[in-house]
Amino acid sequence: MFLEIDDTAPPLYDGGTDRHDRETPGFMCGIVGLFLKDKALEPQLGALLAGMLEVMTDRGPDSAGFAVYGAGAPGHVKLTVRGADLDGLADAIGGVKATVRDSHLVLSLPAAEEDRVRGWLALERPDLVVIGAGQRIELYKEVGLPADVATRFNLAGMSGTHGIGHTRMATESAVTTDGAHPFSTGPDQCLVHNGSLSNHRSLRRMLEPHGIAFTTDNDSEVAAGYLSWKLREGASLAQALEDSLDDLDGFFTFVVGTESGFAVLRDPISCKPAVMAETDRYVAFGSEYRALVGLPGIEHARVFEPEPARVYAWEHG
Amino acid sequence: MDLDRIPQTLPRFSATFDAHTLSEIRRAAATGIYDIRGGGTKRKLPHFDDLLFLGASISRYPLEGYREKCATDVVLGTRFAKKPIHLKIPITIAGMSFGSLSAQAKEALGRGASLAGTSTTTGDGGMTPEERGQSQTLVYQYLPSRYGMNPADLRKADAIEIVIGQGAKPGGGGMLLGQKISDRVAEMRTLPKGIDQRSACRHPDWTGPDDLEIKIEELREITDWEKPIYVKVGATRPYYDVALAVKSGADVIVLDGMQGGTAATQDVFIEHVGIPILAAIRPAVQALQDLGMHRKVQLIVSGGIRNGADVAKALALGADAVSIGTAALVALGDNDPHYEDEYRKLGSTAGAYDDWQEGRDPAGITTQDPLLAARLDPVAAGRRLANYLSVLTLEAQTIARACGKSHLHNLEPEDLVALSVEAAAMARVPLAGTQWVPGQGGY
Amino acid sequence: MPVIDLARASTRELNARLHALTPDDGETEWVVANPQGRHALAVGLDQPVTVEIKGHAGYYCAGMNAEATVIVDGNVGVGVAENMMSGTVLVKGDASQAAGATAHGGLLVIEGDASARCGISMKGVDIVVKGSIGPMSAFMAQSGNLVVLGDAGDALGDSIYEARIYVRGSVKSLGADCIEKEMRDEHRADLVRLLAAAGLGDVAHADEFRRYGSARQLYTFHVDNAAAY
Repeated sequence: MFLEIDDTAPPLYDGGTDRHDRETPGFMCGIVGLFLKDKALEPQLGALLAGMLEVMTDRGPDSAGFAVYGAGAPGHVKLTVRGADLDGLADAIGGVKATVRDSHLVLSLPAAEEDRVRGWLALERPDLVVIGAGQRIELYKEVGLPADVATRFNLAGMSGTHGIGHTRMATESAVTTDGAHPFSTGPDQCLVHNGSLSNHRSLRRMLEPHGIAFTTDNDSEVAAGYLSWKLREGASLAQALEDSLDDLDGFFTFVVGTESGFAVLRDPISCKPAVMAETDRYVAFGSEYRALVGLPGIEHARVFEPEPARVYAWEHG
Repeated sequence: MDLDRIPQTLPRFSATFDAHTLSEIRRAAATGIYDIRGGGTKRKLPHFDDLLFLGASISRYPLEGYREKCATDVVLGTRFAKKPIHLKIPITIAGMSFGSLSAQAKEALGRGASLAGTSTTTGDGGMTPEERGQSQTLVYQYLPSRYGMNPADLRKADAIEIVIGQGAKPGGGGMLLGQKISDRVAEMRTLPKGIDQRSACRHPDWTGPDDLEIKIEELREITDWEKPIYVKVGATRPYYDVALAVKSGADVIVLDGMQGGTAATQDVFIEHVGIPILAAIRPAVQALQDLGMHRKVQLIVSGGIRNGADVAKALALGADAVSIGTAALVALGDNDPHYEDEYRKLGSTAGAYDDWQEGRDPAGITTQDPLLAARLDPVAAGRRLANYLSVLTLEAQTIARACGKSHLHNLEPEDLVALSVEAAAMARVPLAGTQWVPGQGGY
Repeated sequence: MPVIDLARASTRELNARLHALTPDDGETEWVVANPQGRHALAVGLDQPVTVEIKGHAGYYCAGMNAEATVIVDGNVGVGVAENMMSGTVLVKGDASQAAGATAHGGLLVIEGDASARCGISMKGVDIVVKGSIGPMSAFMAQSGNLVVLGDAGDALGDSIYEARIYVRGSVKSLGADCIEKEMRDEHRADLVRLLAAAGLGDVAHADEFRRYGSARQLYTFHVDNAAAY
């Protein structure tokens, strides 16, 4: 047996961020978004979003994620934390209110406490990941069928002004939440993406010195980081998206949420599918029309496919 | 001898600006267009030549050449198709179009493949009755241009190959210059005669894996889930492309290395885009293994397969079958010294002729000129191809038996060592005489 | 009239039943209920039957159709009637991208709007859109007619070969090698025929259209056109 070769060495693509060809493609997916104009619909936001997400199961059966902009208190922030063993965490941190939803925990705390709480988490519970932060955003993503994921977090019971969601077909053997959307790289900001960026490695190198941190190798997270950087520098959401047309290369359809805004952008070639519907009561986005079929009054909505390289943005007054 | 004379240094040519480079700069300056040619990459690349088999000795026992069986059959499309393809040998004929090739050449490929018990493949130009008639097993390519695509031929095919890219030009579209757009080619492609035809590089009605999955569903529905669906990609990022093709529902994946030929494309594309097949197989197999799909979704590799040793090495690295294009054309008679005088008149020489786009092929293969095409006897050329396929098979069997294998598919990476550090790293086998696999175990 | 209810039956069952039809079957009128936006509905038909889909269809509805008439009482997804050979496909709502892509023959009528790349690489089909069409329509269109009663988006007819485009409304911009061309009697006659076939003979008049087609400047490579490639 002396000619046996040791093939117990780890596979080439086992992780690490230094391999130039490593990427976790985020481009097999379905995306949805709903922005309510009519306050009377707000209690139904989660239920409507859950229905839209479930229809997109074929496009992404392996995992799902969504962000909901719900209630928030001025001067307070919500941190969405993902991980195991969440019971008793709030008591251990002290001075925070907590809501556990399955594998996620939403901590509510005074804004002045945010640095302390983040520091405590980094030190005491490095296994946990803060996946979203802001006055109103709550963000959930998990492995499993979209309908099951929505049920685990009781999406249908959530109310809010707007939300976006994503279903994903994972490309790696072990399906994890690492490449799951939405990505949040700034306060109350989140993005979902269908497509494939061709210059995300350079963008990442450009953004990191500006203090934009990334937790995955995903091209979509880079897009989110780019918008966060632009917003931080004072751009409006619409302006940040306009600028992205110059700086982001490749194929993309983005749906983006901020504390009060909602926007859609497709690249100049626009191969990836996108359908929108607008009524007096809402603006909705789906990768396919069937994601919109369950919305109230859809039969009278203005249904259209967003044009290439044109920013569509809505803002709550 | 005049020792007082000051010696002169000899004229020295630049290694960077060598004679070929200089001639290309002059050609570009004169014409203003990039060089277009046929064939595959001509530069020296890390290839199977730098791998060696470890034959049996005391620790392993060989099989007797003429009495002990070494099977060669392969079944393709076992994942979803109701009618998988059974081939006698794991060597198939790659997709080449009628248009780029003459009808006689296409017929000869069909005849040779059928004699050898393997499949041949259509190309970017539709299916001709000649090749369907002479091919026992015919794979129908589904390309971005959809030239000649029709549901009747789709149903006549034995398998469908969705072409996303090819090794000679991953990310590029097809190209057929006006000289080869004859009446029949023009009609099959719905194009005006004599124009320079540019094919698209992306499919017109889907982009990306999520939409590919829906496209595969449509093709399966149209053909009642009978036919294996192949997905062909040029080798660039094989780990991800194979994983995505599997996720999209492919039965078979065809992976074409950069040595793979083309009828016509830019020289700069052929020589500078894509990776050699040696470097592509292991990541592709890794993807299949990571997904638990190795041998369930079959992998066909191509690009520079020349002899039975290449076949055996590709299979040992994890492929289920190989595909040949350039070598098959040579077996038919491409670049034969018999036509040396005519190659000279075209400014080339036998063995180097690659202006397949011009349609003036003295061997009558890459042409639509009726007089030139008539030079190729499809029956005799088909016989030559069958002979060649037979030799490839016998050679691969010889190696497999020496390694103690009763089936070609039992060859494995551990049967191989590498002669160079590059080959060891790319094939993920140890450098000969060492335990060192570069890139693994922290090295 | 057989009704296939997709709330209970699968796409496979629908297509298998339609593929099993022979010229001698008496059943020529089929109804598909509850399509729910499913993909690949009524694809690969090859008999002169009529299939009415009562609702929205997904990608590639009536793909590779031959002989059959497929009516969609709703919207359709990407690639409706892609690579159609003959027959008729009528969409009463809107069509998504790549409607009629690479289709060789038959008639595709869209009563609503069609989005980007309508008629991409078309090879002989007649497409009539009552509404407007999106950007990059008739890209690399090889043969056939594209008639648009509304407006056309950016880069209409880019790299077009011998297909003919007729637009009644505005054209946002023309693509490379696509130019406006003279409307002659033969074109007006063609339009009259196409509008009548689409049931729109009373809605629009041939004189209201402008014709676009290939300037044929990209048919053979010339160095001065390099920027257009």
